[in-house]
Amino acid sequence: MKTKIIRKQDMTGLLNNLIQEYEVFAPVKRDDLVIFDRIGSDKDVSLEYTNSIKPPKEILFPQSETLFTCGSIGDAASIEVPVSEERPRLLFGIRPCDARSFLLLDKVFNEENHRDVYYLSRRNDMMVIAIGCIKPRATCFCTSVGGGPFSSQGSDLLLVDIGDDYIIQVITDKGSRLVEKVGVADAGENKLALMKMVIQEAELSMSPQIKTDGLKEKLDSAFDDPIWGSLTEKCLSCGICTYLCPSCYCFDIIDEVTDSKGERIRIWDSCQFPLFTLQASGSNPRPTNKERHRQRVMHKFSYCVDNYGQVSCVGCGRCVIECPVNLDIRQVLTTISNR
Amino acid sequence: MSELSGQIREAVRKLLRQKEVDLVIGFEAGTLPLHSTPCFIREQQEAERLIWNSFCDNNLAKYLGKRQEKIAIIAKSCDARAIVELIKEKQISREQVVIVGVPCHGMIDRRRAEAELEGKEILEAEENDGELTLKGNGFTKVLKRSDYLCYGCEVCFHRNPVIYDILIGDGVAEKATDQYSDIAEFEAKSTEERWRYISDQVSKCIRCYACRNACPLCYCRECFVDNTHPQWTGKTTDISDTMIFHLMRAFHLAGRCVGCGACERACPMKVDIRKLNRKLVSDVKVLFDYEAGISLDRTAPLATFKPDDPEGFMLNP
Repeated sequence: MKTKIIRKQDMTGLLNNLIQEYEVFAPVKRDDLVIFDRIGSDKDVSLEYTNSIKPPKEILFPQSETLFTCGSIGDAASIEVPVSEERPRLLFGIRPCDARSFLLLDKVFNEENHRDVYYLSRRNDMMVIAIGCIKPRATCFCTSVGGGPFSSQGSDLLLVDIGDDYIIQVITDKGSRLVEKVGVADAGENKLALMKMVIQEAELSMSPQIKTDGLKEKLDSAFDDPIWGSLTEKCLSCGICTYLCPSCYCFDIIDEVTDSKGERIRIWDSCQFPLFTLQASGSNPRPTNKERHRQRVMHKFSYCVDNYGQVSCVGCGRCVIECPVNLDIRQVLTTISNR
Repeated sequence: MSELSGQIREAVRKLLRQKEVDLVIGFEAGTLPLHSTPCFIREQQEAERLIWNSFCDNNLAKYLGKRQEKIAIIAKSCDARAIVELIKEKQISREQVVIVGVPCHGMIDRRRAEAELEGKEILEAEENDGELTLKGNGFTKVLKRSDYLCYGCEVCFHRNPVIYDILIGDGVAEKATDQYSDIAEFEAKSTEERWRYISDQVSKCIRCYACRNACPLCYCRECFVDNTHPQWTGKTTDISDTMIFHLMRAFHLAGRCVGCGACERACPMKVDIRKLNRKLVSDVKVLFDYEAGISLDRTAPLATFKPDDPEGFMLNP
């Protein structure tokens, strides 16, 4: 792996350079909340953050998106698909857990038999520059689900904060081309030693929080376990855990019609909402918290293992922190593991 | 606070032992600092799990509807006010519920406390004698508890449960009558400023419906936003759609909202939802001299009709 180095104060120039060529999305502060948004200059960026409130998935998979509009011209029907004229996107300063989540989203939206053109129009040329976590939170459990505070999965470049400088780990060819183009120095031995220390310290600060060995088998055999009822009794069936999850991808498709014009829109949906499985007959196969919350856990830790060979959770901890009733997925998984 | 926990456990054990109730809804310790979490208890020996502290901020009245069992509920004052409304609106009968009332000093707004630490992570929180001690890696910070209350608690003028069967601990001193000074301040702004403020707030909404689902008085079997036939509202996050949701919800709660602030606390995006709700609480107070959740006998103003209603707002808009 190639490693480059850049002084922190020189990052300003680099970012402004990138803004010339890419639509750059970065962590910005809005009303005390850190979110990912388009930036017009380096001054908007707020890298001093643990993680954003909303995951960056909406940059690839917006919460609402028009798939096409339709109408009529004379006697003929017309259909228009929105065409993006945008420059390629670059995500700057996202956390390794969120970068990993893109690989999970790819499995759904870029699957052999189902290529999602809307998703791919943004994904194909996208550049990801992640920043490793020198201070993981107590709610982070990336190391329990195959990631880590400096995992490079899903990133083209990974920044390591070593004090006055960032070490740039060059992960992909695409990332390599970018660093060659902007021209940054190679990292020296002593700086690399410093980087190793920083990484090791962060990794050591994290302890395993869930046991994933044999978890899938446990979950599969516990499907009818009454414990699900008591574990989920307090759930409010809101959409926080799914909407703030970087790897939850469920959506609904709706048609909005006004006069002679129609619009087909894709919107996020949540398996926690009763409406998600409500059938036209009025019957609902997942009528209570128990079935709905079990579905979320099973989907991530069992069904995705069947379908994609890996769990669909990156351990970012957003659902843990933001659940209004403190329904903690780590506790749910641990309880099931111990059955 | 631990004394109150002990008294709650004692009362609950007795209720379960004497088979006066089948289920107890209260709080237990959460998995994160500054969090307590709702818990459901059906056996005497589980009463040990129950706790009471300044982090019991959910409104447990939310969990009362659509149950058949006889229930005891640990109710702080806003939970009790919500229960009053639920009884009046026939969502639960007075006989079905044993209210274990707890006078309340106000709950801690964890986001306010976190904001004090400039991004440092709180790993441990303790409270004693009006102080809140927060600890993390390499720091200990002591805060004055009363400076970090939830907004709903700061403007709460009914800290003692208005209805109860068993009262835990001593009553607490009430503040003077609510003057709605925060709302008067908002009302003094121009229409454009008010619209801009509400629009800015609502534009943050991600339609997770945590506000609605945390609200003890949002119990419609089918919420208007979930109705698909006809579809009353747009489903996107366009401001025109999210605004309809928040305005309609606020109006639906007019004269019913007990001002607990559960909606605002549940919101992950920090939308100032209570501004709308509290404006309506204030209007209902001014126009009808009515406060929701205070009396079982008084009919809610929007649930009644008088032929001699002057309806001045229609005749002289």
